[in-house]
Amino acid sequence: MSRTSRLLIPIAVILFLAIYIDLPKSPGIHFIGINRDFSTHLGLDLVGGVQALLEADVPTTQTINPADMTAAQKIVENRVNTLGVSEAVVQPAGSRRIVVELPGETDPAQALQTIRQTGLLEFIDMSSLSRQEAQALVRSKVRTDWVSTSNQPVAEATSTPSSSIIPTPTTPVTSTLAPGITATPTITTTVPLTPTQPAPAGPTFHTVMTGADITSVGVETTQAGGYVVGFALNAAGAKIFGDYTTTHIGQILGITLDKEVISAPSINSAITGGKGVIEGNFTSQSANDLADLIRSGSLPIPLKVVTSETVGPTLGQDSLRKSLIAGLIGMSVVILFMALYYRLPGFVADLALLCYALITYALFRLIPVTLTLPGIAGFVLSVGVAVDANVLIFERIKEELRSGKPLRSAIDLGWNRAWPSIRDSNFSTLITCGILYWFGSTFGASIVKGFSLTLAIGVMVSMFTAIVVTRTFLHLVLDNINFTQHSRWFAV
Amino acid sequence: MIDIVKRRYLYFGISLLVIVPGMLALLIWGLPLAIDFKGGSLLDIRFDTGVVPPPAEVTTLYAENGFSDSIVQTTGQNGLVIRSLEMSDNQRDQLVSLMESRFNATITVNRFESVGPSVGQEVAKRAAGAVGLAALGILLYITLAFRGISHAFRYGIAAIIAMLHDVAVVIGVEAILAHFLKWEVDSLFLTALLTVIGFSVHDTIVVFDRIRENLNIYRRLPYETVVNHSIVQTLVRSINTQLTVMLTLLTLAMFGGLTIRHFVVILLVGVFSGTYSSIFNASPILVVWEKREWRSWFRREPKPASS
Repeated sequence: MSRTSRLLIPIAVILFLAIYIDLPKSPGIHFIGINRDFSTHLGLDLVGGVQALLEADVPTTQTINPADMTAAQKIVENRVNTLGVSEAVVQPAGSRRIVVELPGETDPAQALQTIRQTGLLEFIDMSSLSRQEAQALVRSKVRTDWVSTSNQPVAEATSTPSSSIIPTPTTPVTSTLAPGITATPTITTTVPLTPTQPAPAGPTFHTVMTGADITSVGVETTQAGGYVVGFALNAAGAKIFGDYTTTHIGQILGITLDKEVISAPSINSAITGGKGVIEGNFTSQSANDLADLIRSGSLPIPLKVVTSETVGPTLGQDSLRKSLIAGLIGMSVVILFMALYYRLPGFVADLALLCYALITYALFRLIPVTLTLPGIAGFVLSVGVAVDANVLIFERIKEELRSGKPLRSAIDLGWNRAWPSIRDSNFSTLITCGILYWFGSTFGASIVKGFSLTLAIGVMVSMFTAIVVTRTFLHLVLDNINFTQHSRWFAV
Repeated sequence: MIDIVKRRYLYFGISLLVIVPGMLALLIWGLPLAIDFKGGSLLDIRFDTGVVPPPAEVTTLYAENGFSDSIVQTTGQNGLVIRSLEMSDNQRDQLVSLMESRFNATITVNRFESVGPSVGQEVAKRAAGAVGLAALGILLYITLAFRGISHAFRYGIAAIIAMLHDVAVVIGVEAILAHFLKWEVDSLFLTALLTVIGFSVHDTIVVFDRIRENLNIYRRLPYETVVNHSIVQTLVRSINTQLTVMLTLLTLAMFGGLTIRHFVVILLVGVFSGTYSSIFNASPILVVWEKREWRSWFRREPKPASS
C-alpha cells in the first residue's frame, strides 16, 4: 500500500499539470523567467493555408554551401514575417530545400508572391528628426514617398513568368571593400537595431535612393577590431548618394526594408566614391544581421517553388469537425468495450485511458506539436496502443488468477510478465516512427512528420500510463476487494 | 486446444489467396501514382452557384491554355478535381478566373497542390529506402531483444517475412481498389503502409515474446507444441487489441471525412493483415524453419498440410 500511495502523488501532480495545460482558455505559466501560453496548434489541412517547398535552383551535381542555404532561409523568413501570419513555419528540408508553411493564410497567391518578390530597400531622408527621434523609429513602419514605376517594387522579380525567385544579378557578399577602410567616408549609427515599440505612422519621408542601386553589401572588420557594414553603389546610385550626403552632413539617413526602419545612421561625411560603410557598436552577429537585411533583395542561391499546396479554410474546418467527432466516438467505443469485456479492471483501464488522453493532449500543446489530420489519426491509433498495453496486462492477471494466485500478487505477476512484450512491441513501433519522421522532414512532408510525431508521443505516454498509472490504480481499487466473493467483477 | 501450427500450410494458402490476385492486379494495372510521386498539379474547386460545368468543357479550357493532359473528375459537393501538369500559382489563378468567366460561376478553391517531377521521383526512391531501413532497424532490434534464446536471428527474419506479407497484402489490395475506385497512391498511403509495418511487427513480437517465455518453462515439450501453445495463449489479446484498433479506425472511416478515408481503409486492411500474419504466419514460419520442412516441399504430394 505504501508503494501505491507514494506513486499517487506524482500521478496527481502530472494530471493536475496536464488538465491545467488542456484547459480551453489555459492561463499559461507566468513565473519568474517562465512565460508560456498554451494553445493547440492546428496544421494547415485543418485551418486552411499554404505550404510551399522551395528548392535551390542549381544543378543537382553542384554542392550547396550550407551557410548560403541558411542565409536564404533567413531572407525567406523575413519576407514571410511581413505577411503577419501567426505560426508561420520556415524550415530547412534536407540540404537543398526550404519548406514554408502559412496556416490560416487566406490569400495563397498573394502570400507566395510576397515570398517570391525581392524586398524593397530604401534610404530615406530623416533630416527633420533628431538622432533620438530617428532611433525611436527603428523596427517600426514608416511612410515614404517612393512610387514604383510598375506595380511591383523591383522589376526583376515580376518580369519572370516562372515561379523562380531570382537573386539580383549582382555579386553577393564581397570582401573587395575591405582594403582602404580608412579612406572610405563613413556614416555612423550609435545604437543599431534597437528593438522598440511600433510607432504609429507619422510623417511621410522622402526616399533618396532604393536598394536597386546597391551592388554589394558585406561585413568588414575595422583596424580596431570592430565590425562595420560596407556597401557599394552603381554609377547612378553613387551620383545620387554623393549629392545627397554632401548637402546633409550630420543629419539622419534612415534605411528601411519594406517600409520598416532597420537602421537610422547619421551622415558623418560626404560619400562620393560610390562606397561607404555603416558604423555602429556592431558585434559580428548584429553586423551580419544588418547586412542580411540590406541584402535581402538578393538571395545567395536562387530558389524555385517545386511544390505548393493550398487548402481552403472551409475544407479545413470541415475536416477538423469531422475528425474530432470521429475521435470522440472512437474513444467512447473503446471505453465501452473495455468496461464490458474486462468489467472492473476494464473500468480502471478506462480511467487510465482518460489520463493517457489528457497527458498526450497536454504534451501536444506543451511541445507544441502541430496537429494535422493524419496527426489526429495517429493520436486515435495510439489510443489502440494504449489499450493494447492494458489488454496484455489484464490477460496475464487473469491467467494468474485462474492458477489460483491471490489478487494482489496476481496483479504484480501479471504486470511483470506483460512488461517485456509491451516494451519490445512499442520499441519496434518507435523505430518505425523515427524513420517516418526522418523521411517526412527530408521532403517537408509535414503530413508524414505530424503523423509519426503524434504516434511516437502516444506510444511513449502509453508506456508511462501502463507502467505507472494502470498499476497504481489497480492496486488502489482492487487491493481491498475479496476476489473470491466478487469474481464476477473480473470476468475470469 | 486449437492447433493452429498443425494446419500452417492451410493458413499460408489463405495468405496466398489474397496476395496472388493483388500482385496480379499490380502487374496488370500497376499502381496509379498521385502527383506526390510523379509530379503534376491537383486543383480541387467548388462551384458556389451549384451548377457544375461538364468535365469535358473544363478539359477543353485547360487544353486551350497549354495543359493538354488534364483529367477532370466530379466530386460530391458541386465540385471538380482537376489533375494536370505542374503549374505555378499564377497560372492556377488565371485558369480559375477563366473558368469563372466562361461558366459564369463563382469558384472556391478547396485545395491546390503542385509538385515538381524531380521531387516526386526522389520521394518514391526515398520511400523505398525508408521501408528497407525500417525493416533493418526492426530486424536488429528483435535479434537483440531475443538474444537470450537460440536462433534469435530467426525471429527477426520471421517477423520481417510476416511484415513483407502485410506489405504485399496492402499493396495488392491497393492495386485492386485503386483500379476500381480510382484511388491514387499518395504520401498518405505511404504513411499508412509504414504504420502497418510498425503494427505488424508490434503484434508479432507479442507472440514471439510468449514463445521466448514458454521455451524457458516447457523445456521438454517439442518446439512445435510450445509455439502453438504460445499462439493460443496470446490469441485473446491479439483479437481484443485488433478489435479496439479496428473499431477506432472504423469510426474514423465513417465519420472522419473524405480526406482521410483512403488512408483509414488501407490502415484497416493492414491492421487486419498484421494480426493475421502474426498469428498464422510468423510463428508457423519458425516451426517450418526449425524442422527444415523445405527439404520435403518438392518431394511430397502437393498438399503437405493434410498429412
